[in-house]
Amino acid sequence: MTAQIKELELVSVTKRYGATVAVDAISHKFRPGGYACLLGPSGCGKSSTLRMIAGHEIVSDGTILLGGADISELPPAKRGTAMMFQNYALFPHLSVAENVAFSLKMRGVDKRERLAKAGEMLELVDLSVLSDRLPDQLSGGQQQRVALARALITRPQVLLLDEPLSALDPFLRIRMRGELRKLQRELGISFIHVTHGQDEALALADEIVVMNDAVIEQAGTAREVFNAPTTAFVAQFIGGHNVIALPDGHFAIRSDAIGIAAPDAGAMQGNILGVEYQGAHVSVSAMIAGDQEVSALVPEGDFFDNPLNPGDQVGLIWDPANLHKLTA
Amino acid sequence: MCPSHPAPESPNVLKNNTFVGWLMALPIMAVLMFFLVLPIIMIVIVSFWQATEFSIVPAFVWENYEFLFGSNVTYRVFLNTFKYAAITWAFTLGIGFTVAYFLAFHVRSLTWQIVLFLLCTIPFWTSNIIRMISWIPFLGRNGIANSTLISWGVIDAPLEWLLFSDFAVILAFVHLYTLFMVVPIFNTMMRIDKSLIEAARDAGASGAQILWNVIIPLTKPGIMIGTIFVVTLVMGDFITVRFMSGSQSANVGRLISNDIALLAYPSASATAVVLLLTVLIVIGILLRFVDIRKEL
Repeated sequence: MTAQIKELELVSVTKRYGATVAVDAISHKFRPGGYACLLGPSGCGKSSTLRMIAGHEIVSDGTILLGGADISELPPAKRGTAMMFQNYALFPHLSVAENVAFSLKMRGVDKRERLAKAGEMLELVDLSVLSDRLPDQLSGGQQQRVALARALITRPQVLLLDEPLSALDPFLRIRMRGELRKLQRELGISFIHVTHGQDEALALADEIVVMNDAVIEQAGTAREVFNAPTTAFVAQFIGGHNVIALPDGHFAIRSDAIGIAAPDAGAMQGNILGVEYQGAHVSVSAMIAGDQEVSALVPEGDFFDNPLNPGDQVGLIWDPANLHKLTA
Repeated sequence: MCPSHPAPESPNVLKNNTFVGWLMALPIMAVLMFFLVLPIIMIVIVSFWQATEFSIVPAFVWENYEFLFGSNVTYRVFLNTFKYAAITWAFTLGIGFTVAYFLAFHVRSLTWQIVLFLLCTIPFWTSNIIRMISWIPFLGRNGIANSTLISWGVIDAPLEWLLFSDFAVILAFVHLYTLFMVVPIFNTMMRIDKSLIEAARDAGASGAQILWNVIIPLTKPGIMIGTIFVVTLVMGDFITVRFMSGSQSANVGRLISNDIALLAYPSASATAVVLLLTVLIVIGILLRFVDIRKEL
């Protein structure tokens, strides 16, 4: 339906609140028609970035381009973006269908036409039967779908999702993220999804943009970011990594790339601190030279062939190709 | 919504939620019974008593009501009371909504919201009557308003209708009761999730559209509570009308107070009962329009 997906680009976008800098001159080109996740701890500037793209925060400096046109001064509804809010922000006094049709009503579309359009959107999110209900009468997952339908009815180029899954229980969260991914593929528009959950980002994103302290630490595909973190922050935040200081610099290595051998056989000697059974794997944490704690994920079968206890001396082995040098 | 009930076979009476609930409601029920319900019952009883020029006789007669409904004055006074209530309501709503809207949506910091809100309440640190009487030197024939207007050359002769007129009565009502509109509306507005306004803006709504489609519908319960306050206060008032109209206008409250001054208690009671029923009917009609339970 959308002829050409436009590319969203941030050009040294900055947000200042008084003296504090929430977003510090970030530049990034989002892949058109892709699912991007802005990932970072709370307060890293990811939500401010999203809200600037949406037009709910004024850009202090820099430019936001959509399809080459500067949209940073436009009102939210004129940008070709739509936002889905963290707590869904459904209008409590309007029925589901009227919530979805709200933006059409604001444009003066007459009642029959806008309710027909809303019905189509509700079909897309599988909620047609509930169109007369009030938001209060819906479950969290249903409310989210209404919010999604309401955001999509304007046929945006870019859908902005502000922590869309954080209000759901863990089981529903996994189901909804599957639905979000499926919907994005069907619509073929760009989704930009803000989250602080690395598992959510890895599961959903074509492209992960990791932010910390108001800047982008690393951007790339989920595999690139997970397999080759470039900074210690990314390695730690994305999880499943050890950051080790070796004589020639700091390196990141995935926990499951570390093996356990006899004390004098490994690349490094360690003293086991703890053993944690995790089902498919056993997580073994060890103290190595320089008071550094390293954890190794050992397949369950291998571990119990040769069980270890805290206090045991072991050697840690790894393939040097799996060490990634960190820049910061 | 549904409180979980303990096992019904529990022998301990204190574990029975219904019983404990009634027990906890008992003090307020006793207070209301003694200070509200009992006096009203007394008034209803007295309204059926018989009065002569020099005595009041316990009886059950309808003559107080017959006299009330048979008199042309009653209808005119009730109409006047409704007129005061309607005009005062319109002005307090307009001013109250605007003030509340400003406080809730334009003042960003909570500190300033509290400061400005307290500022609104400062006039209430003095008594109603003092605030009312302070209008008299301002509005009088040689008062501040007239002398200022004359010195500016806006008028040549003092305006006679500024004081002791319906204008003065309504001015005083609006002054006295606007805060009763501001407080509940402000309270409801503060509960509106700010992201709803962003969502409306995201959907392309202009400021006026947000006001009409989001804020006003969500503020209706507050407007209704404020309306009930203002309407009941204005309809029950008698002192404002007396002072500000210079005894030239009447409302139901004055009818009752005149009867009391003449020791015509049965007649006063009958008027009071009719007024009470009228106000209850008005509130009943208002509550049909808006569900205020969410606010309570």
